[in-house]
Amino acid sequence: MSVASASLDHAGRPDAALNTDALRADARREARGLLALLSPGLVLVFAVIIVPIGWLFWLSLFDESGELSAANYARFFEQASYIKTFVTTFKVAFTVTGACVLLGYPLAYMLSQLPRRAVSICLIFVILPFWTSVLVRTYAWLVILQRKGLVNTWLMDLGVIGQPLPLANNFASVVIGMTHIMLPFLVLPLYASMRTIDVDCLRAGMNLGASPAATFRQIFFPLSLPGLASGVVIVFVLCLGFFVTPALMGGGKVIMWAMRMEQTTSLYSNWGAGAALGVVLLAVTLALLGLFHRLLGARATGVWSER
Amino acid sequence: MSMENALPISHRQRLWLYALGGLVMLFLIAPSVIIVIMSFSGSSLLEFPPQEWSLRWYESYFGSVEWRDATIVSVKVAVMTAIVATLLGTAAAYAINARTLRLTGLINALLTASLIIPVILIGIGTFFLYARIGLNNTLTGLVIAHTVQALPLVVLTVLSGLRSYDMNQEMVARSLGAGRFSAFFQVTMPQIRFSIVSGALFAFITSFDEVVVSLFISGGETTTLTRRMFNALRDQIDPTIAAISTCLIVLSIILLSAAQLFGRGR
Repeated sequence: MSVASASLDHAGRPDAALNTDALRADARREARGLLALLSPGLVLVFAVIIVPIGWLFWLSLFDESGELSAANYARFFEQASYIKTFVTTFKVAFTVTGACVLLGYPLAYMLSQLPRRAVSICLIFVILPFWTSVLVRTYAWLVILQRKGLVNTWLMDLGVIGQPLPLANNFASVVIGMTHIMLPFLVLPLYASMRTIDVDCLRAGMNLGASPAATFRQIFFPLSLPGLASGVVIVFVLCLGFFVTPALMGGGKVIMWAMRMEQTTSLYSNWGAGAALGVVLLAVTLALLGLFHRLLGARATGVWSER
Repeated sequence: MSMENALPISHRQRLWLYALGGLVMLFLIAPSVIIVIMSFSGSSLLEFPPQEWSLRWYESYFGSVEWRDATIVSVKVAVMTAIVATLLGTAAAYAINARTLRLTGLINALLTASLIIPVILIGIGTFFLYARIGLNNTLTGLVIAHTVQALPLVVLTVLSGLRSYDMNQEMVARSLGAGRFSAFFQVTMPQIRFSIVSGALFAFITSFDEVVVSLFISGGETTTLTRRMFNALRDQIDPTIAAISTCLIVLSIILLSAAQLFGRGR
């Protein structure tokens, strides 16, 4: 990386000619120092993320005999099992995102209407799960939903059902577990953006005779859409690459994209095929985030700084 | 500026909203509460509420050499990750905040990449890289991988601290003759130390709870707690995991409260 790339926008004007050289040297020294501060982190990210992913991408371009080919990618369209994996993944992602919107919007709306003091208490319910291990929460849902789990025991004790319901190890249990894990990712950015909606707009609407419902529908809801969109995108993207919950709660029947990658590489040691899956996953993820960034000009990583 | 009673809608008219929000909050918190309560059960059946109480699952956790070793590995890795990620992340946040470098967008994107790139891809990639350089199943390898994952959180946390700090103070110190480093450590750092500590706590918890990458790159003597839990869950539902989970939940609560406390001191 070139040190000379530091910006020197204050230098170079003719009337500052006398000091220009000294200032320029100063700025260059400054830039070099800042770059030195940045470099350890950048080097690490580059070595651990960029290099291996580039390497995997390279691998994905060769077939098993070492010839350059698109076989690893063609497989996705040809083999039914891959197509099924993609369909399952998108189905889970859409369902979980939908469930998160249905559950998260009312919660975020409620939070945005409560006084600050009450909010700081209610937010604990969102932030504590957010920072609780995904494994712990998946385990909890296994305990709740399994054959002899809480729900089945309760329902049988109440006499509602005679036989335990097949709640665990299927599509529904994966969706429930993942919704629980993804919900904070939707609620936090949504709540933050709802907070910025100017109450005067709502008050004006009501002063002009709009009913509370009409005020919500015509003023609040449209203004909350950008925040909702950022939550939806981040949840959807995280769902596409999610591993832990489907692996533990899918009972081997719900094979999602990330599980497929793990199987292909760990079980079958087919690095080319696994890498190709990873490349497509990354491309889809980045495309969605890029589209979102372009449409709304917001950064999806905001959720982590808005805790 | 108060938002209280902003609109002429009474709380009574909003009851349905509070009920709905309350249910969602219950959905979010109930699983953790259930696990904590069940971890004190006396029977090996997972029943709720437990018929009898005991600490046997905690004894089985702390009494098992395997679980203890895995816990020690996780603690070691998390402590080292917190230290390394905080150092690198604070330095990077400081440099980004100065805004004199070009390509800030690219630098930001690189530093926060691990939040966006699917973790499974990072896991497979790291495993593949480590296999070449002999870092699989080592503490060093784990610390490096976890540091990359924790770095964005430290950068974002410290950056938000720096944004609410007036950098001119450091400039004044330097113009009065303080060197760059002493200006930072004597003037800037005391004022952003709370963000730095919060960042470190987030880094610790990120590492301690990390599952996917550890599944690929840890094993043998360096098996992390989460990896062992994951494997145990794949086989059967061992109530010992309820006790371990409770410890993890308590750890999260402690670290979050600490971060909150430090955040308020800002």
